[in-house]
Formats: sequence, structure tokens, C-alpha cells
Amino acid sequence: MIYLQILVNGLVLGGLYACIAVGFSLVWGVLNVINILHGTFVVLGSYIAYFAYVRLGIHPYFSIALAGAVLFAVGYAIQAGLINRVIGAPVLTTLVLTFGLDLILNNATLVAFSADYRTVQLAHPLGSKVVGGIVLPLDRVVAMLLALALTGLLYLVLVRSRIGRAIVAVRMDAEAAALMGVNVKRVYAITFGLGALMAGAAGSLLSLIFPISPLASTEYLSLAFVVCVLGGLGSILGAMVGGLALGIIQSFGALLIGPQHGLTVSFGLLILLLIFRPTGLMGKRGYE
Amino acid sequence: MIRTLPVLVVIALIAALPVFGDNYLLRLGTMFAMYAVLAYSWNVIGGFAGYPSFATAAFFGLGAYAGALMQGAGVPMPFAWASAGIVSAVFALLLGFAILHLKGHYFAIASLVIAQVLMEIATSWSSFTGGGTGLNLPVLRISIEAQARLFFWSMLALAVMAFLMNVAVARTRFGFALTCIRQNEDASAMVGINPTLYKVAAFVCSAVFVGAAGAMYASWVFYIEPGDVFRVLVSVKPIVMVMLGGAGTVLGPGIGALLFLVLEEVVWRSFLSVHAMVLGVIIVALIFFLPRGVLGLVRRRKAAKVPAFSPGRSA
Repeated sequence: MIYLQILVNGLVLGGLYACIAVGFSLVWGVLNVINILHGTFVVLGSYIAYFAYVRLGIHPYFSIALAGAVLFAVGYAIQAGLINRVIGAPVLTTLVLTFGLDLILNNATLVAFSADYRTVQLAHPLGSKVVGGIVLPLDRVVAMLLALALTGLLYLVLVRSRIGRAIVAVRMDAEAAALMGVNVKRVYAITFGLGALMAGAAGSLLSLIFPISPLASTEYLSLAFVVCVLGGLGSILGAMVGGLALGIIQSFGALLIGPQHGLTVSFGLLILLLIFRPTGLMGKRGYE
Repeated sequence: MIRTLPVLVVIALIAALPVFGDNYLLRLGTMFAMYAVLAYSWNVIGGFAGYPSFATAAFFGLGAYAGALMQGAGVPMPFAWASAGIVSAVFALLLGFAILHLKGHYFAIASLVIAQVLMEIATSWSSFTGGGTGLNLPVLRISIEAQARLFFWSMLALAVMAFLMNVAVARTRFGFALTCIRQNEDASAMVGINPTLYKVAAFVCSAVFVGAAGAMYASWVFYIEPGDVFRVLVSVKPIVMVMLGGAGTVLGPGIGALLFLVLEEVVWRSFLSVHAMVLGVIIVALIFFLPRGVLGLVRRRKAAKVPAFSPGRSA
């Protein structure tokens, strides 16, 4: 039974991991940019949820919309104003640029909110429910379901909507898409905005579970890395599978070798995957 | 092409710093030399071969721990430094065969994560590495001034070695092969260059002096901890320096290291709480306004002076 419980814990964690990683994966896949800012975007989403709850009494489930909208605007502006100018430059250029931007944004967050860890203390927590001997922490389960729903929504947007088709077209072949009348730069900006939106939404949900601090950004970024490499790059399904797999692996890793080694487990896994299977569990095409 | 005499004069002038400088200036000089070691080392893999390596922190931290542990076990300081360089080089050799088949972002991430893994290991393996509380090194029984000079000259000697390595790379078939790999790896394999071999060799070159510098740094500051020597910034700073100076050139990394140190020092003094932010602004400005570094700027000026229809310049 303990194993089943750990599996459930892992799935709950993994759903949230998928939501963190899916925006990162989208940006990497479509723009070929590793967005070092992603971790800080998640943290910003958490802060928005925190202040929305403390000041306005908006439950973090609902501040997803607020955090998503704000982060979309931030992401769109950053891509349209800055990153678009160096798109297509060598990997190192975009990587170092987003690193520099992250130094700025993360430092600004640190100055604005200090490094203190804050937590959202819900006035009316949902508590937990025992189903067939398995404890379900309801706040987390709902957060995880929302995270998966958002991820699914992003999938629908990509598959069904006009802008989604444009994003997929640009990812397949930017030049051909431009010839078909797609404004590629605008699609890049929207894609980056969507990536930031997902990060902000994930941050909102995570504010219910993890302590909030600017210092947490590197851990979220690392998680996004691992999930993308684990699941394979650039597909929503890959991020979902990768997120759930990482959640389960971390939960069992915590049981077998101790919770303090969670990060080491995921990094070790990442290295092994990169060495032996760089396309990931689900990946078929190699984006280099 | 660089001329020998001016370079020798510059090195001699830097080496004479203890004659007219105080301890503060010597500390800066030692920092400069250390930055130059890191920048010149990264230039081999990142500049010449064009592989976006973030493994500098791994080599640096590994060297720092190897040196500190050896010194703690009673190995004389210079031997500890040299052995630390060898430890990092061997590590780079093994790591290179494992991850250099990756390209682009995948290589960048793999090299980045290696340092994180080593940091986690150093933090958790407390019985061997002292864990998160760090390691203290034996204190030297010489005066503060003598120590400052010793570490300055040692670090400078290492920087000169790293510089000479760059000269050697640039002037031999090795550098030519690396440049070919940067431009087109598949084509370079077609003309008889073994990319794997050259890349691994470049990776080892980018590790050996960094490892020794890590050990020297440990002896210099007497105390190391995982979060200090394995931090991501140790990997990023040399990249910024090389980009600041001019990647794939022999003078660029040295110039970049100097400029970076000056910027950092000014920033540190004036804006302590927003230090990272100002560094970020420098990086962003660098990418937009100086994409090919200071040397690229100079080159462009020179190129602009050449008449448009001069013989030998085809359209």
C-alpha cells in the first residue's frame, strides 16, 4: 500500500512538473531558445498568487488567470523587444542573453520581495480524504488536475486554433511559414508569451504547495530541463510524460535513498539520458 | 597576428605589480589572472571549437576540492595544484567522450548539469568533503604580503601558460581543425579530421588549467564550500569575458578578463544589492551592442579603412 501511496504522491507532483515544463518545452522547440528566465517566471506567478490571496482574497486556483495574463504580457514584451533581435544567432548568444535577462529579473524580484520564504496559508483548506487506504491531499490534487487541464488546453490551442496552427507551422519550417503569410516574429513573441503564461499559471498553483522565494527559481528551471530531456523535446505529450515520470521517480527516490537527494537523482537521470538517449522517452525527432 | 615583444612587455608590466601596488591591487591582479585562466581555457572549447561549454565550474570546483583535500593530507602546495590540474583533465577526458557527441543546447545543458551534480555530491558526502560546511585549508606560515605576492605570481604564471596554450592552438593544425569543426562538423569529418578526438582534446585543454586555478584559489582563500566553487556563475563569467574580448582570438580573452574585472569591481563597490542585475545589464548590452567583442569592433574599423575595390577582395 505504501508503494501505491508514493505513486499517487508522485503523480500529484508530476502533474505540476508537467505544467512547469510545458512552456519551457514549447519555447525550446519552436524558437530553439533555452529560456533561462523560465524559473523566475514561475516564481513571479507564485508571487502574484500570493499577493492576490493576501491582499484581495483571490484563491490561487483563480489567480491562474491573473498570473497567466501578466506573465504573457511580460513574455511577449521580452521576446518582441529583445530576443527577436538575436533569434537565429548561435546557441550561446540566446543562452547567454536569457541568462543575463534572468539575472536582471531575478535580482529585481529579490529586491522587491526579499529572499524570505513566504507561504500561502489558506483560510479554508480542503483537507485530505482517504480513498481505499490512500491519503489524497485535496488542495494538491485539485492543483494537479488544474495543471493537467491547463496543459491539455495548451495542446488544444496548438491543434485547433489559428494561432496554434501558425506556431506549429513556424516550428516545422519558419521560412515556409513566412511564405504562407505567417508573421514569424509575431508568432515567436506569442509563443514566448504562452511559455511565460504557462510558467505563471504553474507558479500560481505551486504557491499552494511550495514556499515562495526568488531563490526557488533555479530549482524550477532545473526541473523544466529534466522534464524536457526526459520526455523528449517540443511536444506537449513529451512534457506530460516527462513530468509525471519525474514526479514518480523523485517520490520513489525519496523513499529509497532519502528525500534530501531528490535533485541529485533528477540530475543524475538527466546526465544518463543525455548520454544514452538524448531524444527522450517519447521523442522521435532530434532537435539537435 | 600578435607580436611577441609587446605581449612580453605587457606580461612583464603585470608581473611587476607588487613593486608599486598595495595588497588591494595585488588581490585585483590575482583575480585578473584567475579570470584570464578561466577565459583562455574556455576559449579553446567555446571560442575555437564553438561548443557552448558550461563545464568550467565543474573543472574549477573539482580542482579546488582535489587541491584542498590533498593539501589537507599533507601534500606540498605546488604538487597539490599540479595534481588538481591533472584530476580535472582526466575528468574532462572521460566526460568528453560521454557528452561531446551532443550538440547545441543539449551539450550546454549536459555540461551545466555536471557542475550541479558535483556540487550535490560535494554537499552530501560530508565525511570526505566536509559537506555543506566546507573545507578549511592549512594556513601558510609566511607574512600576508609574501602570501599576496606568492599567489599573484603563481596565478599569473598559470594565466601565461593558458595564454601560450591559446597561441599554440591558434598556430597549429589543432586550432585549424577546431575552427573547421566549429564551421561544419560533418564537412570537417569528410576532409579527414576526427572530430571526436579533437573535441575531446579541446575539452581537456579547457579543463587542465582551470583545475589548477581552482586549487590555487582554494589555497589563496583558505576556505571552500560547494556553493562557492561549483556555482553557475563560475561557468558563465568566462563566457562573458571571452565574448567581451572576442571569441576565438588569442588576445580577446585577456582583454575581456580585464574589462570584466574592472566592470565587476566598479559594480561591486557601488551597487551591492543589485550586483547581479548590473551584471545582467552588462551581458544584455554586450550581446546587442558588442556581439563580436572589443576586438571585433577594432577589426571592423580596420576593415572599413580598406578601399572597397582593392585587389584581392572579391564581391
